[in-house]
Amino acid sequence: MKPVNFAYERPRHLDDAIGLLADQTAHTKVMAGGQSLGPMLNLRLVQPDLIIDITALDQLKHAEKLRDHVVLGACVTHADIEDGRVPDATNGAMRAVAAGIAYRAVRNRGTVGGSLANADPSADWVSALSALGAEAVLRGAGGARILAVEAFVTGALETALGANELLEAIRVPAQSASAQWGYYKVCRKTGEYAQAIGAVLLDRPRDVFRAVIGATERKPLVLSDARALFDGSCDLAQFDRGATDAMLQSSGMTDALDRQIHTVAIARAVRQAAGA
Amino acid sequence: MAEQGVGARLLRKEDDRLMRGRGEFVADIRLAGLQDVAFVRSPLAHARIRGISIPPQYKDSVFTAADLDGVKPIRAVSGLPGFKISEQPVLATDKVRQVGELVAMCVGRTRAEAEDIAASVELDLEEMPAVHDMLEARGRGSALVHEHWGDNIFLETFVDVNIEKALDAPIKVTREIRTARQSMAPLEGRGVVASWSSRLEQLTVYSAAQMPHINRTGLSGCLGLDHGNIRVISPDVGGGFGYKGILLAEEVCLSWLTMRRGHPVRWIEDRREHLTAGANCREHHYIITGYADRDGRLRGIDCEATVDSGAYSSYPFSACLEAAQVASILPGPYDFEAYRCKTWSVATNKCPILPYRGVARTGVCFAIELVLDAIAREAGLEPHEVRFKNLVRPEQMPFDNITKKHFDSGDYPEALRRALAHFDVPALRTRQAKGEPDGRLLGFGLSIYCEQGAHGTSVYAGWGIPMVPGHEQATARVTPDGGLELRVGVHSHGQSLETTLAQVAFEILGIDTSKVKVTLGDTAITPYSTGTWGSRCMVMAGGAVASACREIEARARQIGASLLQVKTEDVKFADGRVVSATGDVSMEDIARAWYLRPQDLPADVHRGGLEATVGYKPERDSGTFSYAAHAVTVAIDPELGDVEILDYVIVEDGGKLVNPMVVDGQIYGGLAQGIGTALYEEMPFDNNGQPLATTFADYLLPGPTEVPEPRLDHIETLAPYTEFGVKGIGEGGAIAPPAAIANAVNDALKGLGAELLCSPITPRRVLISIAAAKLRRASAAAPAGTRS
Repeated sequence: MKPVNFAYERPRHLDDAIGLLADQTAHTKVMAGGQSLGPMLNLRLVQPDLIIDITALDQLKHAEKLRDHVVLGACVTHADIEDGRVPDATNGAMRAVAAGIAYRAVRNRGTVGGSLANADPSADWVSALSALGAEAVLRGAGGARILAVEAFVTGALETALGANELLEAIRVPAQSASAQWGYYKVCRKTGEYAQAIGAVLLDRPRDVFRAVIGATERKPLVLSDARALFDGSCDLAQFDRGATDAMLQSSGMTDALDRQIHTVAIARAVRQAAGA
Repeated sequence: MAEQGVGARLLRKEDDRLMRGRGEFVADIRLAGLQDVAFVRSPLAHARIRGISIPPQYKDSVFTAADLDGVKPIRAVSGLPGFKISEQPVLATDKVRQVGELVAMCVGRTRAEAEDIAASVELDLEEMPAVHDMLEARGRGSALVHEHWGDNIFLETFVDVNIEKALDAPIKVTREIRTARQSMAPLEGRGVVASWSSRLEQLTVYSAAQMPHINRTGLSGCLGLDHGNIRVISPDVGGGFGYKGILLAEEVCLSWLTMRRGHPVRWIEDRREHLTAGANCREHHYIITGYADRDGRLRGIDCEATVDSGAYSSYPFSACLEAAQVASILPGPYDFEAYRCKTWSVATNKCPILPYRGVARTGVCFAIELVLDAIAREAGLEPHEVRFKNLVRPEQMPFDNITKKHFDSGDYPEALRRALAHFDVPALRTRQAKGEPDGRLLGFGLSIYCEQGAHGTSVYAGWGIPMVPGHEQATARVTPDGGLELRVGVHSHGQSLETTLAQVAFEILGIDTSKVKVTLGDTAITPYSTGTWGSRCMVMAGGAVASACREIEARARQIGASLLQVKTEDVKFADGRVVSATGDVSMEDIARAWYLRPQDLPADVHRGGLEATVGYKPERDSGTFSYAAHAVTVAIDPELGDVEILDYVIVEDGGKLVNPMVVDGQIYGGLAQGIGTALYEEMPFDNNGQPLATTFADYLLPGPTEVPEPRLDHIETLAPYTEFGVKGIGEGGAIAPPAAIANAVNDALKGLGAELLCSPITPRRVLISIAAAKLRRASAAAPAGTRS
């Protein structure tokens, strides 16, 4: 299991990286922590002409707290978040999610941007960031654009990134102190990819009530208005398993046991958020 | 001197290098001019080969069966009547019979280049129907793996001991039980470095192997090369578990290639090859009936067992060892009067099934222990009550059971009593009835097994496979400075033999274990041995080392007495010294005399000097019987099907423990693998014979958070026939956990009417079983005419 021959560049400036992406004749892959891409290269599931290693781009490691959100450079690692080396505006929600990703060795190298750009539906950030209402900052030769994470992830392993765009940063909105958050992941064992993810955020002062059911075979189900799962209310006690099941069924999840574990995941996230 | 002898909890000698990353494994070996090999493997499970097309620029770098002049296929024949022979070409000839079968060998300057070359080779294959299900494969009309056989049956066996006596039993429970196909997963995969020396006219094969002498014999047969022209060296090996006891086609191929090319060549198995093409094991199917009286007394067992043996018979254990063993070991540690068992070893288009730690025992333990619990539920008894009624009793020892297995010693009920003493069963029942606060379901499970270890000539001659263990030999040699060298033909890949064999030597000769150098794994300098398998090393190699050291002791006494100027019969040997009434000399003094000052030796000194090779067999070689009782509590999440192990107790009897810490380590490791079998590990195949778990993302192994720290307890019943009373214990940890955990799961689910009868017990299987039980209850409860 050795990769095919490929060229390797490790640019120092963001513009250089974007410049390298401009060559449309070459099959190019961007590598951050390499925790997913590395194995795929070794298995020859990916056979690129060029790897652009973006870990020397200081801009992408930058993190800062602004008035109403935190910006995390794409190359901030899961461990940076877990250990609190970057600012947090989520009352610790980001830290808790980060601490549950794979194993520490993976968290040391794996990055929030790499994980999101890989868009594996069973990876944590795809669901967690959608539930938190985060946004992705995409940088191309013509400038930057900003997409909600649920719009950025367009499908399983598919994103809205253009061929010569780079995921530059994630913007995570700041929560009220009273925000209620729950996140529940169903895994066969510690460190494995999730089989089901449920996440819910109720932040009444900001008028935010979001829910996500993730780790499905496609992109996560994101409810920017979660009331449909709560009998039309903003009352966490009103969580409706039947409505959740029906929604999963209409989303194409035909297997009853799959629906069951996804429903249980969101139910337990709700229970967590309610502090029960 | 600190405790170092038999029974001491001595830290491992080998840890200093292994724990510091200073081991030397096959992949660490560097030879000048080394080139790497990658194989073109069959992408199909069953196909005729119409053509292999090699790009012209790679003509000299790619080799196919047509190139392998004079190389014979691997044949592992069993002498059991009716056994059908498979021939495994080392590179496929007319047909491929499993995904991953070797079709062409590609050599490059690096592995990556070899893989590039392999990717450029095109196969023209005519796909044939894949034989993927062992039960279908047994029937008429199945596609055939080996057409000339006329069916897919390697071997059928049948035994009937008075089954008619059981048929009137008031309790009769029948269950269909399966264990999944697995892949044993040592940290290090297989690997081969082969080189040819024209000076020595010798092929040297470095191989990650448990049984280097058997590899040499197998290579000699396939290559048509004298044993003297082959040296097999097995360096540090990162776990074997049975997979490294097999002669691989890759070893034959690389041996041929280095002789053809003149430069050293290397193949290091990658994990995809390992999972999909090499290491497969454990796939059993049982239809088993237990007959019992209302008081739980077992009247008889009737069983039909099928083992998916895969495409070829592997060397040296053969394709039938597993299923044929099922028939002889299914009764386990129980005493009952009626037994019938029919077995089939079935050929399919999958990897050959290989012996994995515990071999057939893990499957049979699962089958019979699940049936005993089903009987307990039927009789309204506690599982332990049924076991106490049927376990062989200490006063019956030695005991010949219904299949003529000779139980050498032990107190099986005591092991169970002690395991139960770790729990308050009535309190558990109360808690279970009340329900857990978090909604989970509590279950308690037991299993007991016996492990036949170090079985020798009398057992293996009957199987008639290419390998029959005889006397195990050890060479002991005192060095001129009074140290000791031991050379033994078994190998150590986690068993800690560098330490424990040194402890045995210390016990006899009193030479500090730090001065005992144990050499293993090299056919050029160790005595012939069948190697490491079947929980045999401590009994066999330990016995051989003790025997050789006793011989050294006798010779040292003669020289020592002469140096002390007394008669040999007037000295004794104590604490590494020869002692007379008036003085004493050390082993160093004696060694100095033999090696450096022969003028001081008596005229009639033993001419063998301070070096002796001695063979050993236990007084009776039908095997040692170690055993254990495992008891476990689990909590099941009925919404997600998740099983958590709350507490795990093992009470084990391994006879005299040479190093109790090493034994505990063996049990911990075995338990981890047993938990893998019970809850995680599964190598599924689709209907085209494609393996579906191709990486560790799909093939789940238990990790540190999934393996609880068990509570261990030891009974020490000395084995009557072996040196020091030791028994083989290497495999036991991996035998009992699937049964104990499944019984605990079924205990937890009994209130719902659900029962799990296959391993691994995945969350999905738990949920399916709960859902099916719910449907059954609903349809039973619905009054006639209201069903919808």
